[in-house]
Amino acid sequence: MAHAYTPGLKVTDNIVLRKERRLPILGEVRVGLGDTVRPDTVVAETELPGDPQTLNAANVLGLLPMEVPSHMLKKEGDKVSEGEVIGRASSLFGLIKRQLKAPCDGTIERISEVSGQVTLREPPVPLQITAYIHGTIVEVLPREGVVIETEGAFIQGIFGVGGETFGTIRFRAAGPDKPLTAADIDDSCRDGIVVGGSLMTGEAIAKAAKVGVRALVAGGIIDTDLVEYLGYDIGVAITGQEDVPTTLIATEGFGPMRMADKTFELLKSLDGYEASVTGATQIRAGVMRPEIIVSGYRAKKKRKAEASAGLVPGTPIRLIREPYFGLLGEVVELPPELVVIETEAKVRILKARLQSGEIVTVPRANVEILES
Amino acid sequence: MARTKHGPGKEIRSILATDCGSTTTKAILIEKRDGVYRLIVRGEAPTTVEKPFEDVTAGARNAIREIEELTGRKLLGDDGVLTPHKGDTGVDIFLSTSSAGGGLQMMVAGVVKTMTAESAERAALGAGAIVMDAIAVNDGRKPHQKIERIRNLRPDMILLSGGVDGGTKKHVVEIAELIAAAEPKPRLGIGFKLPIIFAGNKDAVPHIEETLGEKMDLRVVPNLRPVLEREVLGPAREEIHNLFMEHVMAQAPGYDKLMKWTPVPIMPTPAAVGSLVEAVGKENGITVIGVDIGGATTDVFSYFKETFNRTVSANLGMSYSICNVLLEAGLDRIKRWLPFKVADAELRNRIRNKMIRPTTIPQTLEELIIEQAISREALAMAFEHHKTLATGLKGIHRGGTMDRFVDQAQVGAESLIDMKDLGLLIGSGGVLSHAPRRIQAALMLIDGFQPEAVTPLAVDSIFMMPQLGVLATVHPQASAQVFDRDCLIRLGTVVAPVGPAPSGREGPVQVVRVKVTLPDGQTLEESAAYGEMKRIPVPEGAKVRLRVEPSRGYDVGAGPGHRVEREVDGGVCGIILDCRGRPLVLPENDAERSAKLLEWFRALDVYPQEPLAGLVES
Repeated sequence: MAHAYTPGLKVTDNIVLRKERRLPILGEVRVGLGDTVRPDTVVAETELPGDPQTLNAANVLGLLPMEVPSHMLKKEGDKVSEGEVIGRASSLFGLIKRQLKAPCDGTIERISEVSGQVTLREPPVPLQITAYIHGTIVEVLPREGVVIETEGAFIQGIFGVGGETFGTIRFRAAGPDKPLTAADIDDSCRDGIVVGGSLMTGEAIAKAAKVGVRALVAGGIIDTDLVEYLGYDIGVAITGQEDVPTTLIATEGFGPMRMADKTFELLKSLDGYEASVTGATQIRAGVMRPEIIVSGYRAKKKRKAEASAGLVPGTPIRLIREPYFGLLGEVVELPPELVVIETEAKVRILKARLQSGEIVTVPRANVEILES
Repeated sequence: MARTKHGPGKEIRSILATDCGSTTTKAILIEKRDGVYRLIVRGEAPTTVEKPFEDVTAGARNAIREIEELTGRKLLGDDGVLTPHKGDTGVDIFLSTSSAGGGLQMMVAGVVKTMTAESAERAALGAGAIVMDAIAVNDGRKPHQKIERIRNLRPDMILLSGGVDGGTKKHVVEIAELIAAAEPKPRLGIGFKLPIIFAGNKDAVPHIEETLGEKMDLRVVPNLRPVLEREVLGPAREEIHNLFMEHVMAQAPGYDKLMKWTPVPIMPTPAAVGSLVEAVGKENGITVIGVDIGGATTDVFSYFKETFNRTVSANLGMSYSICNVLLEAGLDRIKRWLPFKVADAELRNRIRNKMIRPTTIPQTLEELIIEQAISREALAMAFEHHKTLATGLKGIHRGGTMDRFVDQAQVGAESLIDMKDLGLLIGSGGVLSHAPRRIQAALMLIDGFQPEAVTPLAVDSIFMMPQLGVLATVHPQASAQVFDRDCLIRLGTVVAPVGPAPSGREGPVQVVRVKVTLPDGQTLEESAAYGEMKRIPVPEGAKVRLRVEPSRGYDVGAGPGHRVEREVDGGVCGIILDCRGRPLVLPENDAERSAKLLEWFRALDVYPQEPLAGLVES
């Protein structure tokens, strides 16, 4: 099929983006159509129901479940304070007195005569959604959120951890194939987004967290360093909720990976610009990749945006599997017939010219287009 | 006779069916030719549920268009698939299955973990769901932990059961109150009420309605465990499916259109595969195990003692969840299947890079062997998980005075799975179906499941089991014929004697002698010692007479030392003798293990010899 190819990651100096910012439950939208927003502008807010506490009233008061309601001092809907006595019972002719106390502030939600449980709802927790990017409100979703539009540079990574943040880009890479070390990070990187070359070393990650860097970007990351940073191993590629001080974004993959030239050059030109980033990655059922957005960036040369033609001779590609993992090249030929490869599988292949000049044969499934 | 648009009675001769998977949508065209239903052609296209398309019918149209191009027929109109079949236009019926968007995800809850909660889990799994969690009163978690868990999950629906009819209501109402307090939110949509099915003690219904009726979309069905000794899963499964159609499918983009294309309800893919496995077992009177090892999950299906079971290991797969396989198995268990050395860090990085670029395929022999090693561990772990659920009912009072004092919930149930009595082992999923040599698929199945005695093996040639499963619900004959002739690739038969490992002092110990009689009368004989594997090639597709003579103390299905004779399929791999013992234990020493692996690979001709030798030497 002519259109069957692995879409690559987007790396562009000019794109118009729309981001939907939604509450998880109904609430109130705080901005209006046409408003200009910053990454930290609150665009919508709501109250999440407080945590419920279930109290085994029947046990505590020594009663049968059906007796509990008549021994409660508070009814459903009443507000209570921590430590307040909310139920009372006595036995052995009043010699044994038992009390049920509220473990926290809250509201009595339910008194069950079937289970003998009392549910106490803690006070609601406010939740705010920010804009995440600079932009303009182009659509309001009543009581749910907004859609924000922005124009600027956009870079997708392949994998990340950590949630949304924003800061000024601090380009510290000595070269696309040079690792980022602890020595490359200093106090001037605080609250910034530090860009390295081929690898964010474990010591660089630790230093970044200590200094207060908001995000680290590099070509690759060693998996044991990631495990040490998170404190656990990752089983599935669904990230973004980690409780980590610094968001991490790998642009190429695991291991030391030369950053793609286009990505490297673009990030270099973005040094000093404010960027919104997220490490959230989800490979399945709704693909999400980590991203870096620089709103308002104006490319030095204006180019006409072109729709991708798919894989054709001349298409720039990255090879994404052994034995050519990470190498860049260009499509030379697309034979239509199935070809037997080293594994003896019969697959669709293409011939690519690597940057070294070598021509190699690669399954079409093992390349991604360098999108622009 | 199945119904078509023209009402019951009209024969169906032409069938189009799609399966909308998470990544690809596959379409197949089946027609009755010369009195027999056969697969004619197949098409495939990327699934289009996500942006920018957000309409599943776009992908379905693309897949069907491939069939149009390959057959020169017109199958699509403006409103969907054209029916009925007339000349070069249309088909008699269109059907579909779906697992797009991650499939059906459920939470189940019951009172006792090993009784009603487990029955609820079986009901959900049988309906094709992924069970995200099973909550029970006695699951070891405190109420606030259960509540937090329920809040964090975003299931498509919940199944609640508990209490036999006429029994206590307290515990099941307690669980309902927990759920009400947690206020779980559905995965899809901000304003929708989460559906919840109550299939517990019928006397508790008024209290359940009072507790949950307002906050959630409550449906009440007959108790799935009306008495401890009986499990009645049908009504719950049916309601799960109804809700699946109403809520999950209706919200997923384009499904409202797809549903109008077909007169038959769209089935979740795993439910369809399960229905086919069950049908194969029932129609042929055999026990069956089926496995579908996908990118994200591994489904295992079994039909033993007239009981169908399905489990989903939602955390084991060959791409999206491949790092979980690494996590759960550990690097050493994967490396034990490799006859060559790979640095740990290198191996880990390769596995992680596969996770983040899931659509790539192995290009080198080394990569292929690594991938197949990982699949062995995924299959083995998924099967272990399956065996814990495919059991008889727990908690049944077995009679006698002393039994009254035994905690009924702890009364162990027998496993239904008996590997000596397995009639057919079917594999499905990319790593099995697309293995470059069929013997590789056979060996992955053997190493993963460790069948015993005499067991036929097969793979699904191009993953059309879901479509055949939904077809089986309206036209079992067509489904069975296509399954038999076009879907199954018979790999052959494995003979695995079960018996003690020799002490080693005796030298090679012969454990089995096999005589194969070919259709033309020619006979082939072979024997094997403990620790050996051998392969007896037979003409492809031939049915042969197999006579297996185990040595004293070794069992091939009729008791230790007793001969077995039967007709079996030679398949494409022939008869495979596996005398490595059960359970399979590989040598601890690296050099010894590598030598053994190479010996077996050579004996069965699993990989090309020269490139393999080159890998081992380097």
